[in-house]
Amino acid sequence: MRIGIDVGGTNTDAVLMDGTTVVSSTKTPTTPNVTDGITTALRGVIDESGIDVSAIDGVMIGTTHFTNAVVERKHLTETACIRLGLPATVCLPPMVDWPDELRDVIGGHYYLAHGGHEFDGREISAFDENEIRGIAQQIADKGIKAVAISSVFSPVNTVFEEQAAAIVQDVIPDASLTLSSSIGRIGLLERENAAIMNACLRELAIRTIEGFKSALETMNIDAPFYMSQNDGTLMNADFAKEYPVLTFASGPTNSMRGAAFLSGLKDAIVVDVGGTTTDIGVLQHGFPRVAALAVDIGGVRTNFRMPDTYSIGLGGGSIISTDPLQVGPQSVGYELTTKGRIFGGDVLTTTDIIVASGKEDIADQSKVADVAADLIAGVEDAIEEMVNIAVDRMKTSATPVPVIVVGGGSILIQRDVAGSSEMVKPDHYPVANAIGAAIAQVGGECDRIFSLAEMNRDEALEQAKAEASEKAVAAGADASSVEIVEVEEVPLAYLPGNATRIMVKAVGNLKEG
Amino acid sequence: MRLLHEQNIEDIALGAAVLGTGGGGDPYIGKVMAREAIRQYGPVELWTLDEFDDDDLIVPSAGIGAPAVLTEKLPSGDDMIHAFKALGKYMGKPPRATMSIEAGGLNSIMPIYVAARLQIPMLDSDGMGRAFPEIQLTIFTTYGISATPLAMADERGNTVIMETIDNYWTERFARSVVGDMGAMGMMALYGATIAQLKEASLPGTITYAEDIGRTVRLARINEESPVDAVREAVGGFLIFTGKITDVDRRIEGGWNLGDCKMEGVDDFAGRNLLLNFQNEHLAVRVDGEFAATVPDLITVLDIDTGEPITTEALRYGMRVAVIAFPCHEKWRTPAGLELANPRYFGYDVDYIPVEERYRS
Repeated sequence: MRIGIDVGGTNTDAVLMDGTTVVSSTKTPTTPNVTDGITTALRGVIDESGIDVSAIDGVMIGTTHFTNAVVERKHLTETACIRLGLPATVCLPPMVDWPDELRDVIGGHYYLAHGGHEFDGREISAFDENEIRGIAQQIADKGIKAVAISSVFSPVNTVFEEQAAAIVQDVIPDASLTLSSSIGRIGLLERENAAIMNACLRELAIRTIEGFKSALETMNIDAPFYMSQNDGTLMNADFAKEYPVLTFASGPTNSMRGAAFLSGLKDAIVVDVGGTTTDIGVLQHGFPRVAALAVDIGGVRTNFRMPDTYSIGLGGGSIISTDPLQVGPQSVGYELTTKGRIFGGDVLTTTDIIVASGKEDIADQSKVADVAADLIAGVEDAIEEMVNIAVDRMKTSATPVPVIVVGGGSILIQRDVAGSSEMVKPDHYPVANAIGAAIAQVGGECDRIFSLAEMNRDEALEQAKAEASEKAVAAGADASSVEIVEVEEVPLAYLPGNATRIMVKAVGNLKEG
Repeated sequence: MRLLHEQNIEDIALGAAVLGTGGGGDPYIGKVMAREAIRQYGPVELWTLDEFDDDDLIVPSAGIGAPAVLTEKLPSGDDMIHAFKALGKYMGKPPRATMSIEAGGLNSIMPIYVAARLQIPMLDSDGMGRAFPEIQLTIFTTYGISATPLAMADERGNTVIMETIDNYWTERFARSVVGDMGAMGMMALYGATIAQLKEASLPGTITYAEDIGRTVRLARINEESPVDAVREAVGGFLIFTGKITDVDRRIEGGWNLGDCKMEGVDDFAGRNLLLNFQNEHLAVRVDGEFAATVPDLITVLDIDTGEPITTEALRYGMRVAVIAFPCHEKWRTPAGLELANPRYFGYDVDYIPVEERYRS
């Protein structure tokens, strides 16, 4: 059996699954100390089901913790970036396009050095050991331990980043290093951004993941645990400590895959209503539709594969203001159960309105008996309009499609969404994201430039596919289940030698046991 | 004369990408470069043709190579300056200003970087009013202006000077050299006097690009359709809205050739589209009939944001709008059409202006 956990900003959800059956589920508030929240959630699903903890084969955790750290500029470590590529790249130094306050929080330290490769593997300039040693000494003198290393075309040849890392480690034995080639694909600034964000999150990641681990120990769970990545696949916990940046946007992915699983639908719109926001995404063939354009995280450009979602400020905790009537975007968030009217508080929220309307019976309905009928109607109309507009924005055609409603705030959706062929609120809808985490797969990617003067296109494709599959297996996939799910070729225009960039993604089921 | 500040760059880059018809790469790199240069060296003076003396020498600045390489091996910045200065030295006359060779992608904003660093003006004009894949495909060529002498520089400090018998040979040699330079080089070429450029260039292209970009930005702010905003700004026609169902890319003769298929959505449901490209979009067919061809402009936009999508970014599943609009009248002269008619690119069809196709 597996346990899926989603640690959100507001709630921590957990499910226990036996194969494809949901055995038990729970929703608890996220605690400032993540260990406590996870322990409570684990205890909830285990106690409810009455199973023996030895029956648990794996625990899958999805979290927005690291994304939120960057967005809120909190818990980030001072970081230095070394880029190898001189004399190229000078006019766009590391962090050049970052928001000032984020750059300031991590110190904005960067160093340009010689090295780097051409697309065809030639060196831009020779690697200079003394230069790197000098830079490492400067970093050591500043007392910085988190270091990101990038090198031009390192996805083509990783050797310079590795050599630089060895020298930095030698000068600063307890340095925590992130190599850009181990994270991103072609696109120096985006890959380097990811490496720097990763470097500044590693301390937090170690703390957080150790916290997860101790929660499992507290519950006497001996099974391995994994973290969800942005594309819905998994990485093991030790890997996640090294690459926290790969958890970015795993939340929406998990809730959409969970929605697909629970509803059995492969093509649909997913409306995930949380405490503060509602995320709308599109399922195509059972997977989230991926964003086409570069995605900003906390104001930093990245080229991660991310689900294409549209968020609106509507959730179960959204605050109602009157005169003029407005729903959200301010929300009481996780304080709904103390501040909401039905819970004895004095803030009128969307949840209060739905209860006042008599459509749901939660907490103390008498506390909202005084809410005027026209206010109820006005809020219901406003919610309907917000959702209709957002769903329409994400639709590809006017043809009606099924709409799946999931998330803790799903009670807000009482009316059929315009342009829906059916409205589906599947069993276990409040914990769809935890289910998405539990059913995740593992994947591997290859993204390189091949010279088709040296091998033919089929050979290049085969090589790329083999590399992606090997990476999936190395990440924990059962080799017999590995499938190539994406192949993309970008011939490099204007170039002699028929250079082409091939990107392949392979995905497989997690190896049991 | 007016000043280009940081906030002008965003609009110019977006508008130029609309005019870039899928070519010229992601304008993001150029945008950040120009913005940083302006922060460091101050705003750039944008001059009109009549603000110069007739015998002032203007030298366009442009990059050549694979756009995907540029996203990795970022320019040094000095490379552009080296090419520009080397050409001035070779010609024995310092250029008075720089300008864009083409509207689109990076090449429309790289000259802003050069102008900022050298503290020289930039001419508000260009040589195409769009983007094209080869060096000789310019209005300059139709007026007999030579692309050479040409200077090409890499980040290492190498500079190659070229003299050729015609602009086709320039294209051949430049293409070979850029391979050795690591698939990205910076050029100064097509040096010409203001007197020549008064008839042989397309005035106001930078301002035009900025207007388009501003229109899109405002449409987004006002929550109006950015796609409609682009169509109105360029006086174009909505050829299609659809979902990309297939992108078939191949390499022939050293070019990035491809076909992109789409299935219609909304008003175009049930119809299909075929888009052909060679670095830039060249021809588009709806239900098998040509809807627009070069030298008219064909642009693919993200259906929600109006963001122009470059040919290498076209991907299965994207939801896009396809817009076509008339090229500059100078492309419609016999000399212009001889250079850039559909048959030159291998399409067995006569050029019919897009507005004539859509009038009926």
